[in-house]
Amino acid sequence: MVAMTVNGAAVSVDADPETPLLYVLRNELELNGAKFGCGLGQCGACTVLVDGKAAVSCILPIAALEGRAVTTLEGLGTAEAPGPVQAAFIEEQAAQCGYCIPGMIMRTAGLLAETPEPNDEEIRAALQPNLCRCGTHMRILRAARRAAGRPSEEDNFAFVGSRPNEEGAPS
Amino acid sequence: MEESGSAIMNAAAEVRAILVQRAAERLGVETERLRVEDGVVVGGPEDIAYGALVDGETLHVRYEGRGRRADPASYQIMGTSFPRTDIPAKLTGAPAYVQDLRLPGMVHARVVRPPVYGARLAEFDRAAVEAMPGVTAVVRNGNYLAVVASGEYQAVEAKRAAEGAARWSGGITLPERSKIYDRLQASAAEETVIHGTDAGSGSPVKRLEVRYTRPFQMHSSIGPSCAVGLFEDGRLTIWTHTQGVYPDRKAIAELLSMEEGAVRLIHMPGAGCYGHNGADDAAADAALIATALPGQPVRVQWMREDEHLWEPYGSAMVVEANAGLSAEGKIVDWTYDVWSYPHSTRPGGAGNLIAGNLVADPFRLTPPTNIPQPAGGGDRNAVPPYDIPGARVTKHFVTDMTLRVSALRGLGAFMNVFSLESFVDELAEAAGADPVAFRLAMLDDPRASDVVTAAATDFGWDGWTAPMPGFGRGFAYARYKNLAAYCAVAIELQVTPETGEIRIHRAVSSVDSGQIVNPDGVRNQIEGGIVQSASWTLFEEVLYSSDRIESRDWSAYPILRFDAVPASVRVRPIDRPGEPFLGTGECAQGPTAAAIANALRNATGVRIRDLPYSPERLRAVLQDT
Ligand code: FES
Ligand code: FES
Repeated sequence: MVAMTVNGAAVSVDADPETPLLYVLRNELELNGAKFGCGLGQCGACTVLVDGKAAVSCILPIAALEGRAVTTLEGLGTAEAPGPVQAAFIEEQAAQCGYCIPGMIMRTAGLLAETPEPNDEEIRAALQPNLCRCGTHMRILRAARRAAGRPSEEDNFAFVGSRPNEEGAPS
Repeated sequence: MEESGSAIMNAAAEVRAILVQRAAERLGVETERLRVEDGVVVGGPEDIAYGALVDGETLHVRYEGRGRRADPASYQIMGTSFPRTDIPAKLTGAPAYVQDLRLPGMVHARVVRPPVYGARLAEFDRAAVEAMPGVTAVVRNGNYLAVVASGEYQAVEAKRAAEGAARWSGGITLPERSKIYDRLQASAAEETVIHGTDAGSGSPVKRLEVRYTRPFQMHSSIGPSCAVGLFEDGRLTIWTHTQGVYPDRKAIAELLSMEEGAVRLIHMPGAGCYGHNGADDAAADAALIATALPGQPVRVQWMREDEHLWEPYGSAMVVEANAGLSAEGKIVDWTYDVWSYPHSTRPGGAGNLIAGNLVADPFRLTPPTNIPQPAGGGDRNAVPPYDIPGARVTKHFVTDMTLRVSALRGLGAFMNVFSLESFVDELAEAAGADPVAFRLAMLDDPRASDVVTAAATDFGWDGWTAPMPGFGRGFAYARYKNLAAYCAVAIELQVTPETGEIRIHRAVSSVDSGQIVNPDGVRNQIEGGIVQSASWTLFEEVLYSSDRIESRDWSAYPILRFDAVPASVRVRPIDRPGEPFLGTGECAQGPTAAAIANALRNATGVRIRDLPYSPERLRAVLQDT
């Protein structure tokens, strides 16, 4: 038995302690937010928050979660009352197939919990572990920026150090 | 949009005409006096809602062209951006994909594939796997193997154990990767001259002769294929994300020797698939396993390596192009040859399914078709869209496909536009001409010129200078299939020679896909197309050695991550009110690749004709120069 909280509710899970959290979330708890993408920690589709930090649930055995607090996409809000990060993604229409987006939202939520006012480089870096195959990246960046309180009309996610006279540019 | 969207538009116009006619009869007035506002027929002595006109009946009539489409100027909704209705649910965790389907009593299955195409299951210790916790069944049929467990992770563990308990023998030897293009060109091919017969007769003063290559590339959906099956009372139901429920049903019925009428496929969304990926095969897996376990719903989820190793890839391709330039800098002759494996092995018969190849009495692949022009398969977009006197284009269709291949977004258009638009750029440079002006001078379709001009203007093509060394700009244009959407892309990028890294600073594009329904939907498709094509162009190649495919996960098949996402992507959709829908989804793939190629040349002076432009390749090429 592993006791933890999931989206604020206490749960005790009776499964092989080696079982990765993802399978428990999707099957025992019937939560759809965390997706199976690779099972290898390579794509971020399964991202959740553990004690407020983004983590890939597909390679996280439940044995490691005793007493810890897990937040999934469902814990951020509902379709009727989406949480701020979800609302930002909806506002930016940041989805094509949408399969990777729950992971992107959780990754953004994790970033904002640690760094409330991230710059564009910090957003890129935070999202680096997560893959999107549909090419929705521009919208995801825009949504993350919006969630960080800096909505913008135009894309300009400049690479640090690439242009002359830019902060961090090689001299 | 081209097909379903047009059909719905026509059907709606027909129904409107029928209902207005009925209202006119009921009200005793001429139809000309009546008009429709928001589902209500108005203008007569009283207003009648559509619902009242069809009360208590099913309006099921044949389309006869009675209606006229509304004047585009009167559209209230079409042409304005509106939010997608599916997004809030998907972004808050509602069940939305076949992966999210849970049926009462459902068990979990995993497939156990051979290590390479054609290997046979020589020995298998079935008892060892059956004894594992939670395992409820091991399904074997010839070389087909799957495990079933009550818990999903138990099924994963059973799969891993079954892999250890299986000994495979034989299997095909894969060709040497560095020789794949020579091999493709040397293979027996069906040759078709698809354009022109005469390769021109001008008097060229300069001649360019080049060869471009593209490796096998993957769909590699983020969500591996999945299906749920239930066999009950002799009837089989499959929930699937296939792109074609009817063809897949037919193939599955053949696989199981069942009547088609006893097999039902229900479509549910999956993760983006970009063509024929593992979806049909996963449905067949669910069918084969579910029929072995009557009354039990079975969910089959492929693991990452099942998708990477077994999906049908986009074909490797070779293009050879040869053209002459006159003293005035005009193209006077043009010869273009494209070699390709098939671009569709969709079902088809049961032999087009992985399971169909593995069962004890295997089925044979339905011979792939050589998809004809004008749309074309490997030769899609092989015919130049330019006014070139004396151009000859030949397709070499090779069916001995080496690796399993099928339809990947755009089929041959990606490679042909990459090649053709790279070549046009090479010719422009040899002619000392501006690449945009060179193209415009050869385009006589005003809609083509409009997208080219729009993209060049938005980019600031004229007067552009490199902001610092290592920067370059490139341009490309194509009309998808030479009959669908027009798209032009301009790219500004920066190359870091030490790392071989390419950063795309700006991608600026314009697109004309006819009447626009949802401008934001058009933008979303083009943005996605540009980013996905950038990934194909910069990173992607299926790796293999003689006895296996090596690209089994994301580390052995890298795709674009956020550090390589362009700084800016701009899309200008050009609306053509009243013009047919041309479809938007596939038109950006080719132009993006060529614009990157041309910008790379502009930035470094190096022309790379082999995809992908991986950091390793780029480093090596730049060090050699
Ligand atoms: S599914 Fe967990 S990282 Fe890919
Ligand atoms: S939106 Fe489809 S994978 Fe990201």
